[in-house]
Parts: sequence; C-alpha cells; structure tokens
Amino acid sequence: MISHLEDVIVQTVGRILIPFIQVYGLYVITHGHHSPGGGFQGGVILGASFILLCVAYDINEAKRRMTEKVDTVFCSLGLIIYSGIGVICLVLGGSYLNYSKLYRILPVNPIDARSMGILGIEIGVGITVMAVMISIFLDLASRGEHEEGLE
Amino acid sequence: MKLLALLAVCATGVLLIYGTVDMPDWGDPHAPASIHVSPRYIEKAMEETAVPNMVTSVLADYRGYDTLGETAVIFTAAMACILLIRRRRK
Repeated sequence: MISHLEDVIVQTVGRILIPFIQVYGLYVITHGHHSPGGGFQGGVILGASFILLCVAYDINEAKRRMTEKVDTVFCSLGLIIYSGIGVICLVLGGSYLNYSKLYRILPVNPIDARSMGILGIEIGVGITVMAVMISIFLDLASRGEHEEGLE
Repeated sequence: MKLLALLAVCATGVLLIYGTVDMPDWGDPHAPASIHVSPRYIEKAMEETAVPNMVTSVLADYRGYDTLGETAVIFTAAMACILLIRRRRK
C-alpha cells in the first residue's frame, strides 16, 4: 500500500467546501417542488460531499463521521420513510401513496397535503440515495475491507 | 457462420431503421404519447398537487409507485455490494 498523503491544499479546500456542498444538497432535496432537483439529485450531492471527505482525508476519518452501521441503517430508513408514508395513507382511508388523505393528520387542505407527501417521500429517497452512494463507494474504494482504501 | 451472423445483424438493423420511418416527429403534438395523459398532467398538475414543478409531481405523485420501485432498486444495489464485496474482519 502506498502511504497516506497529507495534502494541505486538498484538505483545506475540502474542509471549506464540504459544509456548503451539504447545505446545497439539502436545498436541492427540499426545494425539489419549485426548481429542478429532488431526492435522487440531492442525495447524490450529499453522498458526493462524503466522498470528498474520503478523498481529502482518509476512510477512517469518514468512518468516524458515519459508521458502517449508521450508514446501513440509513439505507433502509429512507425506504421505510417512503413506504411508511404510503402505509399511513392506507390507514387514513386512501389508497397506497395517495397523499391527499394526509390532510387528516396535517394542518393543511387535501391539495397542500399532496405537496407535503411529496416532500416526505423526497426526503426518504434522499436519505437512501446518500447512504447507498457512501456504502458502495466505501466498498469499492477499499476492496470491501473499509480499512485502507485510496491511500 | 460469421457471415451468417453478420447478415442477421444487418437484416435486424435494416428492419429497425425501417420501423423508425413510421414514428411520429420529434415533439409532434399529435403523437400518441402527447395526446393521452400529457395534456392532463400539464393542465391539472398545479391545481391537483400544488407543486409548481410538474416533473416532481409526476415523478413522486402520479407515478409514486414507480419511484418507490426505483428507490428499492438502489437499496438492492447497496445490499448486493455489501453481500458480494464487503469482507468482515475479525
């Protein structure tokens, strides 16, 4: 293995840029109603910010921020949020993923409830896509060992 | 044998190109794809879902079940990577 390279320029730029990239990712997810974007795109941006952390520092630093276990839980959590919203609609008397029935538990009218339901599932999609990006990247970059990739 | 395969590929290609001749023009408003559900989405998406971005409303609301499947596909990709590549260290 090549020894770990500490590049002060890459590390400083990464440290400055990562928060902004993550805020932009959250913006793309939550503003998907009004501008191009949505769960998939925002999730990929969030995942890319984490991959920048892996590239600028190393995998152990990234794993300190988000452990394997948390990442795998996030993978499933997004899908659970999505299908859970569908089940809530079912319980409230609509068909599966019919968000207009959400007005019974949200303080909005049925039409705005659809908008809220879309926001909810976009957040779920974003969480899953982000976690999947990180998981696949860590697996491929370190040959599945999560120890010494990219060094 | 190789010549036969080449002939088969060429014949299929010619047939496919011949099939595209009957296809509607790019962006034709009278194409079957543009007269069935598209006008309804364009007219009703805003008043039915209160979402200005029509793409999002189709993706997440009218075709919500499809997007659920897409998310499940991505989740499955991660699970397959974990099962195939990840090595557990003792």
